[in-house]
Amino acid sequence: MHKNFKIIIWIAVLVLGVSAVSAIALNRGESISAMWFITAALCVYAIAYRFYAAWIAATVLVIDETRATPAERLDNGRDFIPTNKWVVFGHHFAAIAGPGPLVGPTLAAQFGYLPGTLWILIGAVLGGAVQDMVTLFFSTRRNARSLGQMARDEIGPIGGAAALIGTFLIMIILIAVLGLVVVNAMKHSPWATSTVAATIPIAMIVGFYMRNFRPGRVLEASTLGVVLLLLAVAGGGWIEHNESLRGLFDHEGLTLAWVIIAYGFAAAVMPVWLLLAPRDYLSTFVKLGTVTLLAVAIIILQPHIHMPALTQFTDGSGPIFGGKLFPFVFITIACGAISGFHALISSGTTPKLLANERDIRMIGYGAMLLESFVAIMAMIAATVLEPGVFFAINSPAGVVGKEAIDAVAKINSWGFAVSVEQMNQLAKDMGESSLFARTGGAPSLAVGMASIFGNAFGKSMLALWYHFAIMFEAIFILTTLDAGTRVGRFMLQDMLGNIWPKMGRTSWMPSVIFTSALVVAGWGYFLYIGVIDPNGGVNILWPLFGIANQMLAAIALCVATGILVKSGKSKYAWITGLPLVWLVIVTSTAAWQKIFSDDIRVGFLAAANDLATKLAAGVLPPQKAAVAPQLIFNQQLDAYLTMFFVAVLWVVIIDMLYVTYKYMLGKPVLPITEVAREPSRLVENWVRD
Amino acid sequence: MMFEKLKAFWRYVRRLTGDDAYEQYLKHFAENHSEHRENQTDTTEDTHTPLSREAFFKEWQDKKWKGIKRCC
Repeated sequence: MHKNFKIIIWIAVLVLGVSAVSAIALNRGESISAMWFITAALCVYAIAYRFYAAWIAATVLVIDETRATPAERLDNGRDFIPTNKWVVFGHHFAAIAGPGPLVGPTLAAQFGYLPGTLWILIGAVLGGAVQDMVTLFFSTRRNARSLGQMARDEIGPIGGAAALIGTFLIMIILIAVLGLVVVNAMKHSPWATSTVAATIPIAMIVGFYMRNFRPGRVLEASTLGVVLLLLAVAGGGWIEHNESLRGLFDHEGLTLAWVIIAYGFAAAVMPVWLLLAPRDYLSTFVKLGTVTLLAVAIIILQPHIHMPALTQFTDGSGPIFGGKLFPFVFITIACGAISGFHALISSGTTPKLLANERDIRMIGYGAMLLESFVAIMAMIAATVLEPGVFFAINSPAGVVGKEAIDAVAKINSWGFAVSVEQMNQLAKDMGESSLFARTGGAPSLAVGMASIFGNAFGKSMLALWYHFAIMFEAIFILTTLDAGTRVGRFMLQDMLGNIWPKMGRTSWMPSVIFTSALVVAGWGYFLYIGVIDPNGGVNILWPLFGIANQMLAAIALCVATGILVKSGKSKYAWITGLPLVWLVIVTSTAAWQKIFSDDIRVGFLAAANDLATKLAAGVLPPQKAAVAPQLIFNQQLDAYLTMFFVAVLWVVIIDMLYVTYKYMLGKPVLPITEVAREPSRLVENWVRD
Repeated sequence: MMFEKLKAFWRYVRRLTGDDAYEQYLKHFAENHSEHRENQTDTTEDTHTPLSREAFFKEWQDKKWKGIKRCC
């Protein structure tokens, strides 16, 4: 009886899920309720978690509840600590969910709501969540080794080196593009700039509080910090209206880029307790709070999606970034569907806390589903805007023209209604001077969130909500920027330490300054080029980031597939093999097009040649001619970088295929490095105090 | 009943944020370092007195940010 009841419930979930997905996919009317998106997502996640993830855990990985985890065996009370599963889940989710799942879906909304939504759902349940869970499992069975170490141990030294270089380069490009998103949100906006600037001293106050005034009182200090942040959002409004102060915070994009570069360097050499650690607490609290608030607001308000299911830009002519639906929607939305970066958290960091293998499904698979849900909400927030408004905010000046009237005419010519008055009124409501050409996703997401919050909690505070949303994104973008620069610095110090041991000492100041400067120069270069590029830079940097991130995901899936085959589980190797094949197709196609396409909005080399020809013919306006040589060089550099990514990817794949081929023939391969089983001594519910 | 639940939630929040990290450390210390053990793995540190709250927090925070802790 009880069992039958369960079956009925699951059939109901299945029917509801299928109807919700069909409603989204088949709707061609004026608008569709966001509730369909939420329903579809929750049903897909529930079914995938209950059946697919459970099957992988029980049948493929053969999770062993009675086996001691590294946290138990190596428990030292510091980094290896068996921890309550909800606490591990919280840590893991806070670590994997950054600005990626917010920015990607917003940009991909240029294709319409459908392609991105489907990819977020399918990519997460079949790709991303599987990758995270399987990597977490393999690392747990290997004393919490990192992805790079596992690649080296199981596949060979090439795989290990590839993972290391891949991680480093992703970091550089990720930071550059996120920096660009913040610059585009702050340019000529005294309110946004002053609020974001205020987060720095606020983080320092919190840092001092936790370090010196009341050591270790994390919650007290964070509460104080969040209150100060909210005051800073309100204070920004006061600065905006103060004639003498607003000039201090009203800057060009380029000035702001230099400030961020200087800030990034300072943050990387400063001690962590002063800035990075306290700001991370603030950003985690604000992030969790805002995402929850957004979910509640969407459920209360049930806003309608105004973006069509598909736009004409699936043909590759999109204003935000060039390139056809296939493969670029799969590159643009990396985080939220599948993100190679997560494999770095799932290996090394999280396994050190895992009390029981039983928790792997919930933490590895479950946390990724939650991140995917964040991406769905970002998609909703971007598509509740009128499409005309969405394109006016996100299209760079190089595509639609610098003047409002030109931009509006161009967007109208695509068939999306928007007027100059409407945009001016919207900017006024949001407390901004202009919302045109704020490419990057943060401002349109903020407008979307502000209108959702405004409708749910009162319209009078739209400008406050808008700047709250900007602050919310900026604060954890800056945390990613700090943390990423620091990780890049450690990696570089580690590499240079092999040549000159002294450089490897993480506390030796000359080495700290030298390596930090190198890392900051790396991302600073791409940020600078992105800002001077009249097409906005996001159109170049975001695909590059997507390709790099998917390449890392492919490496993680390669390692997992290799281990599955070597463990004698070839018949199940498709669980990672299929997403791997898909990612290889997507990444290779995207890379090929980014390098060799004749379309100057897609191909790096075509764009470089086109610009060089125009420069030689003297047809460029003087302002553009001045930066043209730098842009040409950058396009060529990007082409080589993309080639490098694909080459690294294929080397790892061939390496993995060779290992599995040898294994199949019964020839010797690197042995499985799984640690021998030890029975767990932790009693049931031991950590559930 | 409700009060118990709130207390459990508060404990969870403290554990998640690291607010009780020092208490956890002291507990671990009391369990593992109080008597002399044969297979002492941590030979580098003084095994008789635990770190002060301040010193522990410094070390805990520095250690936390050595590796990749945040992604995209």
